[in-house]
Amino acid sequence: MLINPSSPHSDDGWLDRNIVDPSLKDQQPIVLETKQLHVYYGDNEAIHEGDLKFPEHKISALIGPSGSGKSTYLRSLNRMNDGIAKVSGEILYRGVDVNRPEIDVYEMRRRIGMVFQRPNPFSKSIYDNITFALKRRGVTDKKVLDEVVETSLKQAAIWDEVKDKLKKSALALSGGQQQRLCIARAIAVKPDILLLDEPASALDPVSTSKLEETLLKLKEAYTIIIVTHNMQQAARISDYTAFFNMGRALEYDETAQIFTRPKVQLTNNYVAGDFG
Amino acid sequence: MNNKLQKQLLKRSKAAKLERWGKTISFLALMLITVTVFAIIIFVASKGLSTFFSNHVNLIDFLTGKNWNPNVTNSKGQPEVGALPMISGSFVVTILSALLATPFAIGTAIFMNEISPHRGAKILQPVIELLVGIPSVVYGFIGLTVVVPAVRSVFGGSGFGILAGTFVLFVMILPTVTSMSVDALRSVPRYYREAALALGATQWQTIYKVVLRAATPGMLTAIVFGMARAFGEALAVQMVIGNAALLPTSLVSPASTLTSVLTTGIGNTVMGSLQNNALWSLALVLLIMSLIFNLVIRLIGRKGAMSK
Repeated sequence: MLINPSSPHSDDGWLDRNIVDPSLKDQQPIVLETKQLHVYYGDNEAIHEGDLKFPEHKISALIGPSGSGKSTYLRSLNRMNDGIAKVSGEILYRGVDVNRPEIDVYEMRRRIGMVFQRPNPFSKSIYDNITFALKRRGVTDKKVLDEVVETSLKQAAIWDEVKDKLKKSALALSGGQQQRLCIARAIAVKPDILLLDEPASALDPVSTSKLEETLLKLKEAYTIIIVTHNMQQAARISDYTAFFNMGRALEYDETAQIFTRPKVQLTNNYVAGDFG
Repeated sequence: MNNKLQKQLLKRSKAAKLERWGKTISFLALMLITVTVFAIIIFVASKGLSTFFSNHVNLIDFLTGKNWNPNVTNSKGQPEVGALPMISGSFVVTILSALLATPFAIGTAIFMNEISPHRGAKILQPVIELLVGIPSVVYGFIGLTVVVPAVRSVFGGSGFGILAGTFVLFVMILPTVTSMSVDALRSVPRYYREAALALGATQWQTIYKVVLRAATPGMLTAIVFGMARAFGEALAVQMVIGNAALLPTSLVSPASTLTSVLTTGIGNTVMGSLQNNALWSLALVLLIMSLIFNLVIRLIGRKGAMSK
């Protein structure tokens, strides 16, 4: 079960690393996998290793202290670090390495969408926010656009709140609504995977719980990878959890395992609140 | 014990005195500038308006008359002070040079800020700062020796005229409009670009549909600022426009602007005479126009702030 079975046990029974392969536990196929991923900001190596496999229709959470590299890792997955950092290694999306220069990143990002920490709707109407990416792809049929707007807003659980003001500016919405609008905008292009970079960190508790409900519904259609600072959030919504520390994924397992019986001491300290 | 504390608290400390001094000095500086600006406006207005009140020139005739010859009295017994040739000359060179400069400025700004920020900052930024700093007489001189002969050989005529003025002004306002456009692009938050890129938009789609849209108020401000500069520029234009107070009929025939008539004429008139007052009226028109440009810039800024 361990990728790295030779990992030595320390005296008190803790492992140094524990990365499991979800395909051995679940029947779900693996949609995204990284091999020997290294990320450099200039000479500074931000990610040393992160060999993780993400199963389809599951929520995988990346947790860890600030500066542990979880956001850097996530942003590398759909090449948002292009031009900012150097990413080496393989990123296998359904078996295809997308971390190659000849890959069309624009097409790839349509399949691997991203939602950011800070809600970032365009200063356009709600309707235009949702249809932005489709219009760039040459979809002009009003019927199709209307339908996509409705279904994606419904999927993001924000339709009832905005259906009467689709032509109003998206910036007039509350922070929580803006973030769900950003999710709706991301799923309007029907991606395969959704990457979320601390999507709830700027939201109040009520908005956060709405967002979490939304994510739980969305996993039926999408594979979700979420970076979060909030361990309770990871525990509530995720199926798998990876613990990052100092640019390295130290433990990756089913969420229940990570939070109740972690095998790496640092993970245990972190989830117990001893540091981070 | 309490008395002692009270004494200590009531006594002004050195820091508090210094604070008062600082406030007083900066307030005086502000007052001085405000008084100066208002004094200029009042002076120009009183001089400029005396054409209409003391010399009884009709305002409509002044703004729409086509003949500028303050020494001559026309058939109605009124001096010929029709400012339309200069007003239209000023507007034509301003609008043409802004039209010419805008695409170049926006293109350069996009290159500097979006496409190649590194090289942009290293090479183009100093070049643009240098261009801003070149004195206008140098531009005018280059216009006279290079642009005018070039216009003459390509389009015919004397070479002096609106077209030569437009080219010189284009080069003069280009750096201003460019650097302000760069500022406008720079103020578009990074997360707008990230949002568009993460949705699979290409870089050009991101620039065109998101960044430029968000930067529109700033861009418009840059263009209006450039226009204000072009409208007020005197020396370089005067050197290449031909200085004939005629209604412009073609781009290559000699014409004049408000500023060029002012700079050539103001030294040759007697203070208080009609000839002199008429020039002050032109100065008043200039002043009002630059106030309007300023107002437009402020309106755009406010609208931009609201849509954010």
